[in-house]
Amino acid sequence: MSAYRGKYADELIANAAYIGTPGKGILAADESTGTIGKRLSSINVENVESNRRALRELLFCAPGALQYLSGVILFEETLYQKTAAGKPFVDVLNEGGVLPGIKVDKGTVELAGTNGETTTQGLDGLAQRCQQYYAAGARFAKWRAVLKIGPNEPSQLAINDNANGLARYAIICQENGLVPIVEPEILVDGSHDLNKCAEVTERVLAACYKALNDHHVLLEGTLLKPNMVTPGSDAPKVAPEVVAEYTVRALQRTMPCAVPAVVFLSGGQSEEEATRNLNAMNQLKTKKPWTLSFSFGRALQQSTLKAWAGKEENVGKAQAALLTRCKANSEATLGTYKGDSAVSQDASESLHVKDYKY
Amino acid sequence: MSCYRGKYADELIKNAAYIGTPGKGILAADESTGTIGKRFESIKVDNNEENRRALRELLFTAPGVLPFLSGVILFEETLYQKTAAGKPFVDVMKEGGVLPGIKVDKGTVELAGTDGETTTQGLDDMAKRCQQYYTAGARFAKWRAVLKIGPNLPSQLAINENANGLARYAIICQENGLVPIVEPEILVDGSHDIDRCADVTERVLAACYKALNDHHVLLEGTLLKPNMVTPGSDAKKVAPEVIAEYTVRALQRTMPPAVPAVVFLSGGQSEEEATVNLNAMNKLKTKKPWSLTFSYGRALQQSTLKAWAGKTENVKKAQENFHGRCKANSEATLGTYQGGAAGSEGASESLHVKDYKY
Repeated sequence: MSAYRGKYADELIANAAYIGTPGKGILAADESTGTIGKRLSSINVENVESNRRALRELLFCAPGALQYLSGVILFEETLYQKTAAGKPFVDVLNEGGVLPGIKVDKGTVELAGTNGETTTQGLDGLAQRCQQYYAAGARFAKWRAVLKIGPNEPSQLAINDNANGLARYAIICQENGLVPIVEPEILVDGSHDLNKCAEVTERVLAACYKALNDHHVLLEGTLLKPNMVTPGSDAPKVAPEVVAEYTVRALQRTMPCAVPAVVFLSGGQSEEEATRNLNAMNQLKTKKPWTLSFSFGRALQQSTLKAWAGKEENVGKAQAALLTRCKANSEATLGTYKGDSAVSQDASESLHVKDYKY
Repeated sequence: MSCYRGKYADELIKNAAYIGTPGKGILAADESTGTIGKRFESIKVDNNEENRRALRELLFTAPGVLPFLSGVILFEETLYQKTAAGKPFVDVMKEGGVLPGIKVDKGTVELAGTDGETTTQGLDDMAKRCQQYYTAGARFAKWRAVLKIGPNLPSQLAINENANGLARYAIICQENGLVPIVEPEILVDGSHDIDRCADVTERVLAACYKALNDHHVLLEGTLLKPNMVTPGSDAKKVAPEVIAEYTVRALQRTMPPAVPAVVFLSGGQSEEEATVNLNAMNKLKTKKPWSLTFSYGRALQQSTLKAWAGKTENVKKAQENFHGRCKANSEATLGTYQGGAAGSEGASESLHVKDYKY
């Protein structure tokens, strides 16, 4: 059998391509209830539904922000929430030319016999859930697989199982009208150098694309959400141009050009770092037959969250902070970011949390 | 481990890129002694070393031909032969800006338990042989794996075995300075349609690139020699534009952009068909981050052989004919071929031989 060619094929291709529109990218606002709780607690805000709703309204209604976004990833609760005035968030996004997306995995579980490696669960009843999400307005999905670098990691088992899980998730999404974002995150934790990260990334991506081919996934209707290739969090940093070179080379070596776009995760990078690295990639003169864009969570929201601090009177200021980061990252997708946005203390703050789970 | 980064890395990358120079391609003149014998039989020429030498001299010294070629694949005997005036063929090529290549496989053997499927042998002492060939002037190599389409074919075993063999061959070549041409030929024999050929081609190419990644092959220093995606030999033909679309799409879905060029095999296509199909691919407006060129044997030599017929007095005419085909294919790599190349009677003659072995 060839790749998926069912009733959603054309729509998947059109939506995947739209998400990769130069100048646009994804806001990852799909923090689970537990994870958003940690964010809210860092600004002394209570983790209740109304606060979670208020935060997301602040983000989605920030004046001028939506033009820089092609998609927003949501947590299930948010997909069904509305503005204070009663307008569904999904409508706000659609009117702003932004595709709603939905996180569909159910977190990680440990693989027995490994050194703390994990696989991701969420396949049970996934088809039905995708249908419900599509009916609610979602047009793309996200599933995060996690791998780590160590003396004997990632193991072949971890690579195979995570790649297989991603491929099963991807084809089920396509059969139900959602563009699957394939996210094989290799954690930045560790003292390994850039070369080690490159090797592992290339091995993992090759395994992913083999699995996607085995499972008959239509690559033109998918997106990739990989880590950038960087030194480990405990190793000396390198220049954005070096991150760009190694990252793009890893993609050249593993990702078929049928995939329309890459939407990088920010890992533990600060807002400014993530933007600069993405910008450097788009300035690189080399073969790049796919759009290179962003799917940032912390790296888009950090200073916005701090500016808000849960207070109504800060909403305007917080929305301005979000607009700044959105515009900066939009420029980064075009390679025109000059770093002239007010580089706040917060924007340079590392957002690395060891062994990050969300 | 990441991919090969040994002493030949830069040279491999440079030579692979050179072979993909727009306007140039490869002459496959590596017919084994047995196979060239069949060609000679068809024009009533004795199969002895002198005649084999004379034919190759005719080809390599044809006026104006070498500028259209970036490489010539040779059989071992030819690598050490000279012109009648005593100049080594290897020197003739080098002076003409053409890289000498060498066929290194030792033919196919059947896989037990399959329906006549095969794998390719030749790995024993390959490193030593590559070193000898490099010393003799070779800078690239070729290894032909063969698969066929049938109700239950190709089998997973055949795909895995052939992909693994190609990957082992490829890394050994690179360790010894030769750019490996990876050739997973899916025979055109059969009554299947173009969709079936596309499915199988995508599956086979995905397996090849996974194997190459597993074996740490430096993709930037390789070339791919695939079949075009066409209907089977017993099925209805389609237009060149359709072949172009399906072929390029198969490559977009499976071949990472790090590979600098594709050098198509001609299979059983006539000289004109092979040129026109290649031309259509280069006219196609779509993502093509690799050169698309030729590595033709029969489709470059057929009418030239006939014109020569083994007679010295025909050499000039035969060389003019050969020039016409080389020029036509050079134009095809640029998408500028207008048709009607140098009056080759028989240029449209199908060269299909069932279950071709050479």
